[in-house]
Amino acid sequence: MSGPDGTAVPPILAANRISKSFGEIPVLFSIDFDVRPGEVHAIIGENGAGKSTLMKILSGFEQPTSGTITYDGRAVTLPPNGEAEALGIVLIHQELNLAEHLRVVDSIFLGRELKRFGLLDGRQMRDKARELLETLHVGIDPNARIDSLTVADRQMVEIAKAISRDARVLIMDEPTAVLSLAETETLFEQIKRLTARGVAIIFISHKLDEVMRISDRVTVLRDGQLIATVDARALTPDSAAQMMVGRELHNLYPPKHEPDVDAPAVLSVGHLSARGVDDVSFELRKGEILGFAGLVGSGRTAVAEAVVGLTHRSGGEIKVNGRAVHFANVAQSLAAGIAYMTKDRKGKGLLVNMGLRPNLTLLTLQRHLRGPFLDTASEARALERATRRFDIRARDASVRVGQLSGGNQQKLMLGKTMESEPDIIIMDEPTRGIDVGTKQQIYHIIAALAAEGKSIIVISSELQEVIGLSHRVMVMRFGRIVGELVGDQITEEQIVRHQMGIEGKAA
Amino acid sequence: MTTTTTGEATAQRRRPRLRLGALGPLLALLLLMILGASLNGNFLTIANMANIVARASFIGIIAIGATFVITSGGIDLSVGSLAAFTAGMIIIIINSLVGPLGPGWSSVGIGILAGLAIGLVGGGANGALVTIGRIEPFIVTLGTLGIFRALITFLANGGTLNLNFQASDTYSPLYSGNVLGIPLPIVIFAVVAIIAELALRRTTFGRHIAAIGSNEQVARYSAIKVDRVRLMTYVLQGLLVGVAAALYVPKFGSANSSTAVLWELQAIAAVIIGGTTLRGGFGRIWGTVVGVIILELIGNILNLQNLISPYLNQAFQGAIIIVAVLLQRSRKTTN
Repeated sequence: MSGPDGTAVPPILAANRISKSFGEIPVLFSIDFDVRPGEVHAIIGENGAGKSTLMKILSGFEQPTSGTITYDGRAVTLPPNGEAEALGIVLIHQELNLAEHLRVVDSIFLGRELKRFGLLDGRQMRDKARELLETLHVGIDPNARIDSLTVADRQMVEIAKAISRDARVLIMDEPTAVLSLAETETLFEQIKRLTARGVAIIFISHKLDEVMRISDRVTVLRDGQLIATVDARALTPDSAAQMMVGRELHNLYPPKHEPDVDAPAVLSVGHLSARGVDDVSFELRKGEILGFAGLVGSGRTAVAEAVVGLTHRSGGEIKVNGRAVHFANVAQSLAAGIAYMTKDRKGKGLLVNMGLRPNLTLLTLQRHLRGPFLDTASEARALERATRRFDIRARDASVRVGQLSGGNQQKLMLGKTMESEPDIIIMDEPTRGIDVGTKQQIYHIIAALAAEGKSIIVISSELQEVIGLSHRVMVMRFGRIVGELVGDQITEEQIVRHQMGIEGKAA
Repeated sequence: MTTTTTGEATAQRRRPRLRLGALGPLLALLLLMILGASLNGNFLTIANMANIVARASFIGIIAIGATFVITSGGIDLSVGSLAAFTAGMIIIIINSLVGPLGPGWSSVGIGILAGLAIGLVGGGANGALVTIGRIEPFIVTLGTLGIFRALITFLANGGTLNLNFQASDTYSPLYSGNVLGIPLPIVIFAVVAIIAELALRRTTFGRHIAAIGSNEQVARYSAIKVDRVRLMTYVLQGLLVGVAAALYVPKFGSANSSTAVLWELQAIAAVIIGGTTLRGGFGRIWGTVVGVIILELIGNILNLQNLISPYLNQAFQGAIIIVAVLLQRSRKTTN
């Protein structure tokens, strides 16, 4: 295959007929893959397609069961545990791997500290770190602690770290999943700078529009098989989605059934103030899907957490079905019929070291009591019901939740939330980091719930999702609601203009 | 462990390996029993076995409490000191009641109840400092370890507190007596263990403890009252320390500054050997019971033979702890 510009630059890193099995379960079948200097090569595919495994093999974290890796024209066995970084192959994990208590400069030089007379040379490292961050055009203080940085900034630190290691191949696992539009732009600028310097980039994303914009070539995996490697310019969203799923995706979003105009308001929030929330008012009507758009950090999650009593509210009032409420904790909001589904599946939503059953029923153990004791048979029946209703696919009932794919974790979390039979559900990034097939399923579940008369708030950073699902959209910026969009106003352009502050109430 | 039965072949295939890891402590116990029996003919007698379990019951009851605390992600280093302090208080209270109430069960009963209450309050203080005070449990209980130890030394004025001789006659059957031929301490140990096993595995309280130990944030987002559950684990630990102290007094009839020294480490060791994860999230009471008995067996076997010095007791205990954790880790990585 020739390069995007027709020249045949030899690949720097190549996988030749790579297969991989975990135990007896094969996950990759004879994959050929290569990346050239200065090229962005994207890998797309549904969850469980084998993308992450392929990347781990390309960076040495996993060894292939058969097949070879060629680096710089020579067959190599990559060293494990990130030692391939020394060779110039750097993997930036989906969950960023930074020690939260270290400073930026310490993180960048971790494991390769600069020394003088056997002691750490703090000044030199700080200067170099500052220089590095400046070449990236990001205003991050080298002395800032990692836990004080936004996710986007942490990612920039990872990139700076990779550059400082003279990375020749940079592998990025869904780098934009947690980034806002503006942050994604900054990341793409960095990627362009890096490719201009001859760095080869392997890029995994679920966002097709990004993939088509940034990549030179795209490889599609499905069920561990290589489906195709194509020129990004020859790809359309439809053809890509079709290759990923193996079927045509009709109706990604279900039809909207707007609630009646006189549907009662089930949740009214007036002049709510809390940490990160500044005088927010809105109403949610019965059977409505209300979208919350805004950049990451604009206060959408903060609103949700203040409403359900996870954080302290400093002012304003909340009414459920016309009655003023004040929740001190999640248990009280659940009792009033409001459930919040966090965007942080692994950190706040699910116990990844435990099985499916205890996770599903954790919110609602009271329903599975026989006398003073838990009735595991009743829990198992609940799991069976949820598995069917939400199409949760697990190898068997004994797997730990952490071993499930992101899509199945999300469906389990949805099942867990719905076990409490809430009337009002606040879903925070309900499809973050999951494949398009599962997204479609979740969209249809959300629409069906609304049709049943449940009222739903969808917080999402994916504009298409907000637009495709919501009957009405609130746009937030700097902790305030800066716009409310209804009907035809719900367009990408309108939302972007509001969240960037070009239009709407001053914030 | 309750395993959900699925008809799938993969589940069937995976089971044997899981079982082997889960039954590790029992296997170790079995090996020690075989070793003991081959070294000394008197080892496997009912009398020796009963003696071992009875001796293990003090630390065993405390270790059961520690299983709750550790499963929730906490730690309690103060249990040994609290046990000594509580034992001392029981003695002081009974002795002072012998005058007005006589040396009968009324004095002893009040002493026992007071001991349970003191343990409960002591544990509650630890729990309150951890939850309301938001201080690391290691630091809180390191502090109270010193405080309780100093209090018993102070109460005994540097010497030993002795139980009134007549009251001791009333009280001692609680340790030396038996029910249907089973020594009382073993009965109490067993009853506590069974209730605790049910509480940890089959109640919402137990499930909440494991959830908090596994991920406190998830627990909070799942409508669990994290602080209340945490506090309860320390209260329960304190109460069980009170039970152990109430059993300790009739056996020895005295308490001083070296009473129950290092029991906290013995209890934690038993919990770890039993397969509970030190970081929290998973605990099992039966494992802890087996762990305590294993620790006691080592000492017993060393005393029954003359090849190896019994002074090496703690070395063997230490080695077993390390091996237990190594086995735990290999089980985790194979999954």
